[in-house]
Amino acid sequence: MIRFVDVHKSYRVDGKDLPALQPFSLDIADGEVFGIIGHSGAGKSTLIRLINLLERPSGGRILIGETDMTALGDAELRAQRLRIGMIFQHFNLLSSQTVADNIAFPLRLAGERDAAKIRTRVDELLQRVGLTEHVNKHPSQLSGGQKQRVGIARALANRPSILLCDEATSALDPQTTASVLELLAEINRELKLTIVLITHEMDVVRRVCDRVAVLDAGRIVEHGSVADVFLHPTHPTTRRFVNEALPEEAAGEHALYAHIPGRILRLSFRGEATWTPALGRVARETGVDFNILAGRVDRIKDLPYGQLTLAMQGDGVDAALATLREAGIEIEELAR
Amino acid sequence: MTAPFLQNLFPNIDDWAEIGHACIDTLLMLGGSLLLTVLIGLPLGVLLYLTGRGQLRAMPKLYAALSLVVNVLRSIPFIILMIVLMPLTYILVGTKLGIRGAIPPLVIGAAPFFARLVETALREVQQGVIEASQAMGASTWQIVRHVLLPEARGGLIAGTTVTAIALVGYTAMGGAIGAGGLGDLAYRYGYLSYKSDYMLVTVVLLIVLVQLLQMLGDRIVARYTRH
Repeated sequence: MIRFVDVHKSYRVDGKDLPALQPFSLDIADGEVFGIIGHSGAGKSTLIRLINLLERPSGGRILIGETDMTALGDAELRAQRLRIGMIFQHFNLLSSQTVADNIAFPLRLAGERDAAKIRTRVDELLQRVGLTEHVNKHPSQLSGGQKQRVGIARALANRPSILLCDEATSALDPQTTASVLELLAEINRELKLTIVLITHEMDVVRRVCDRVAVLDAGRIVEHGSVADVFLHPTHPTTRRFVNEALPEEAAGEHALYAHIPGRILRLSFRGEATWTPALGRVARETGVDFNILAGRVDRIKDLPYGQLTLAMQGDGVDAALATLREAGIEIEELAR
Repeated sequence: MTAPFLQNLFPNIDDWAEIGHACIDTLLMLGGSLLLTVLIGLPLGVLLYLTGRGQLRAMPKLYAALSLVVNVLRSIPFIILMIVLMPLTYILVGTKLGIRGAIPPLVIGAAPFFARLVETALREVQQGVIEASQAMGASTWQIVRHVLLPEARGGLIAGTTVTAIALVGYTAMGGAIGAGGLGDLAYRYGYLSYKSDYMLVTVVLLIVLVQLLQMLGDRIVARYTRH
């Protein structure tokens, strides 16, 4: 477990304290993928760097398991860092070293001297990230996606229990992003390590995270399971992020709803409810008419979900809504 | 033993062996002083880098002090530095003359210059790579040894080349006050005795030396730089 207890951080600039993170407490459970989403300048880079103390908090405590990171001396802190992997937006590989030497670097830092052992571990890691044929190349000969895979292999070398991802896919194209996220999800499943990632893309959160915290101007404005936050955003910043992932919402469709007859509703289906023909059945039974204005069916990590915006009219609307709610479908009324 | 056509071309030069000697002296001074310059300038440059603002071991006061010393030594013209340093040179190597007498001022003149080049080269290393190494649990010394120096080696080799060439110039100047080598030859025969063929030969030899150093440096840089 990673625990932030009353942590805050400010930077001293020209004799003045500039707050970067307002006091907050947060628990990240073992084995989960925790996303921190925010715009640039929201404080997410600072937040993720507090975990391995690349940034020192101005107050409060950061606990990893039983260890209070803020109380460690230099040598102890370095020993702890060996157990926390980190990957970066710009990969940060050693350009003067081969792929193999980049991955071996943390092993050597951890004091491993046995060349055969290093070799075996490097091969294992290359296999995991699918780069076995590039072992003797230099980073400059690799594509962005391949560089990030080297970064991941390097981060995993000392079998860490935590992996920190600092905008790890922000410099990659959508296809490469998808494959790197797939790799992260696989690592999380198979190695059971905790992943903390920061991003400015809701799509990244939707694909791999279990829980998410939304950061706005140094404050955690919302956090919870991705499905809750994604389907029912409450804070305006969260709404904006969610809308980016739902293009029809971003297009300002809301303005049109006033001209559409009937009550405008948003239905959210989660899990198995996504695949049941509830809407058609209820419409037949209650005699209501409905018109689909917008909708999508997708997944939040492994959870299928659907979200439909409907205009519904007829005498039985209230009865229809009650039945739908009973079937576990969440309903929001947008206009009537 | 001198070939007749050389005799015609350079009528004043009767002893080519002396020129050979001077060449060797220049190379010895260059080699010795370059080695010591790197040995002193490299750690000094690393220290300048580490103690600089916002760096791994930022120490503003130490940095300011080091920086001042480096700047002072760099702003004194070499020929004056040599004269000023003579008492110190005598204490260090027991003579003010010859190759041995030349090396202390050469090193003291060139090491601060080289240290600045080292500092600049290290600053070119991406901050992210250093941060990644810290995140992996590397100590400052491990970062210097395994990250900064290897990552900056292109710039360090280029800096060494520039310093070596500056040292060639310094050794020639040193010739004027008894250091020996090609500069001494050019000064004594070429300038004081109006034997311009001596001057010509020395200048050509110095040009060749500088060219060779530059080519060698460029070649090593090309071999080690990958981007």
